[in-house]
Amino acid sequence: MATTYRIAAVGDWESVMGFRALGLDTYPVSNPAEAKDKIRELAKTDCAVIYLTEQLAQGMDDVLSRYKDELRPAIILIPGRQGSLGIGKNNIQRAIERAVGADIL
Amino acid sequence: MANITVSPTRMELTRLKGKLRTAQRGHKLLKDKRDELMKQFLDTVREVRALRAEVEEELMTVHGAFTVASALMSSEALEQALVYPKQSVELTMTFQNIMSVNVPVYDFQTQTRSDSDIYPYGFAATSGELDTAVDALGKVFRKLLKLAEIEKSAQLMAEEIEKTRRRVNALEYVMIPNTQEAIRYINMKLDENDRATTIRLMKVKDMILKESLEEKRAETARAVKAFGDSAEAPAEV
Repeated sequence: MATTYRIAAVGDWESVMGFRALGLDTYPVSNPAEAKDKIRELAKTDCAVIYLTEQLAQGMDDVLSRYKDELRPAIILIPGRQGSLGIGKNNIQRAIERAVGADIL
Repeated sequence: MANITVSPTRMELTRLKGKLRTAQRGHKLLKDKRDELMKQFLDTVREVRALRAEVEEELMTVHGAFTVASALMSSEALEQALVYPKQSVELTMTFQNIMSVNVPVYDFQTQTRSDSDIYPYGFAATSGELDTAVDALGKVFRKLLKLAEIEKSAQLMAEEIEKTRRRVNALEYVMIPNTQEAIRYINMKLDENDRATTIRLMKVKDMILKESLEEKRAETARAVKAFGDSAEAPAEV
């Protein structure tokens, strides 16, 4: 049985407004605390993928690691309007370190 | 090695040998699992890195396009243009099993009246730059979803690899050596018991021999004495 899920975008208004045109659910928030609450809320609903801007992700490691090992939702960091901070790339690096025990790539 | 609290019996020995066999088989299997997972994981990670670089770059151009659009329009007009989406996206999630790790596979359907017309606004009040921006975002969206899929897979696999690695190490460096040590201990203890029993039996035999010898000697002495006393040959010695 295939259930349908929603895709959400969380970030500052300028960064996520474009996603609204595509039919994603956008949640404009202005600070990490608000974003944390929003993500906790979204995780309880039928939301499978959450796109989160890196600018907000900076201050919410605890929430991100909480959902890292869960199947749903997948929280994917995207660069916000102010540009990429390299957090998304760092996360891949961290996943490698976690799996291998050393940085090999 | 750690203090061993096993009772040195044959039953325990049999039990431990079975345990060791199981542990060694489990260790081999888990090691294979770890190696295969690692192979898959590294492939996925390479893919994620390439795709992420691509997506981030494209998203930045999208953001750039939106910036241009918002410069040409008032923010109210922009918000108004985008506030009611024409299409909606639905995501179906199925699972793929990679070495006992369930990873998601996303598939999305857009519901829109026509594929060419995804702009949720009239063209009169908006600038052409907004069309470009929305269009570019629509193009990058597929990649974005693919990124979500493989990045999540990578995270889940990393977790599973970590778990498997710990198990392999626990078996290899703790469980198996400890069991081997216990088996060696029981073997030695049983051998020692065997030797002790042999020695004890030899001792007992010695003692019995000695006793009977002394008895015989005493009898002889008695006989000699009796012979000396009576100067008659005894009936028997």
